Amino acid sequence: MALLDLANPHRFLALARAFIPTLALIAAVLLALGLVLGFRAPPDYQQGETVRIMFIHVPAAWIALGAYSLMAISTLGTLVWRHPLADVAAKAAAPIGAAFCLLCLVTGALWGRPMWGAYWVWDARLTSVLVLFLIYLGILALWRAIEDPGQAGRAVAILTLVGFLNVPIIKFSVDWWNTLHQPASVFRAGGPTIHPALLTPLVITAAGFGALFLALHLAAMRNEILRRRVRSLRLIAAADVEAR
Amino acid sequence: MIAALRAVLARDVTLAFRVGGGGGIGVVFFLAVVTIVPFAVGPDLPLIARIGPAVLWIGALLASLLGLDRIFAADHEDGSLDLLLITPIPLEAIAAAKGVAHWITTGLPLVVAAPLLGLLLGLEPQALAAATATLLVGTPALTFLGLIGAALGVAMPRGGLLVAVLILPLTIPILIFGVAATTAAVTDPLPFGTPFKLIAALSLASFVLGPIAAAAALRQLRD
Repeated sequence: MALLDLANPHRFLALARAFIPTLALIAAVLLALGLVLGFRAPPDYQQGETVRIMFIHVPAAWIALGAYSLMAISTLGTLVWRHPLADVAAKAAAPIGAAFCLLCLVTGALWGRPMWGAYWVWDARLTSVLVLFLIYLGILALWRAIEDPGQAGRAVAILTLVGFLNVPIIKFSVDWWNTLHQPASVFRAGGPTIHPALLTPLVITAAGFGALFLALHLAAMRNEILRRRVRSLRLIAAADVEAR
Repeated sequence: MIAALRAVLARDVTLAFRVGGGGGIGVVFFLAVVTIVPFAVGPDLPLIARIGPAVLWIGALLASLLGLDRIFAADHEDGSLDLLLITPIPLEAIAAAKGVAHWITTGLPLVVAAPLLGLLLGLEPQALAAATATLLVGTPALTFLGLIGAALGVAMPRGGLLVAVLILPLTIPILIFGVAATTAAVTDPLPFGTPFKLIAALSLASFVLGPIAAAAALRQLRD
């Protein structure tokens, strides 16, 4: 099915109605399985039990990055093809991506406390995720600052794309900054390869997180479409009152 | 087209200097930021000299964010933005000219003031020269990235704080390389040239990207 067919909100809503429960079910099953496997996995020889935080932390980081990429692609759809659902997709992804980014930061802090002795260290990776979170917050603020949804969508599209171009530069500069100031870092560049006993739960929870993100994203898109309908109905109603 | 762009530039520079002090306020703000730092960290001159380049850069960064939201908003309010939009000259070029004018009136005064403020912070002559050079090369990047925020905030009645929030994360690389080049000139064994060239690259890249994105934002918001 072409992407163009989805331009019809009716067709999209019908599709969303079918997909949301399925995706939610897949997410629930995978996350439950990941939870069980995560607790049955052997503790790490160095990090002990705290390694289990990884099963939430790493997928959350992946989703936070993936959601931003999805937003960048969607906003390209807004600016280039004027696809009517593109800015709905971008808007729906922003708060979910920000939430996963926050989840990644919080679990990272909780993991860092027993491992490094501090909730926060100015490591390159942590810092670039924090900057990504700031960019998410800026995008959310811009969505709220402009009242007209179409206009807000186009403004956010430009900001998202500029941010997307900037994220690799920020990542590079932050890496550079950190290696400059802490040559003997506690974090190894490669790290040991993950043992299969830990990798399996990680992959399963990551798939669960992905399904959860898609379900939440489709639901948020549906809500946004309905919210816009309510808005235009209200405007029509207000115009009717005015005309009378 | 060159004549028209020169007219836009001259108009913006004249307006900035005649209305509300222009770059003067930015410099005063810069001075105020530098002044409050010793009160926060204590009158320990070696410490202040050590963090001096960072203080100069943070001060310049905040000062250059101050007037950003007025670049296009004033033209939007008095209607001249509509005239600029319907001229045959590409909007990107006009945006670039306005960015240059804004840099001359806000960025350049900061660069000129930096050596004096560096003296207050007890910087060595070499660090002073390095900080001034990095600011000279780096402030255009701040202005042209800020141009995007200015265009996005054009229709907002209170866009100032939002523009700063949108732009600040994007300026982190400039801050990193600016401070790194300055400290490299004084203490670190690392060469000064590498980060300095990187800021120059960022400035050139934002000189291209900024006006294009700002013009796109202005057009989109007018639809």
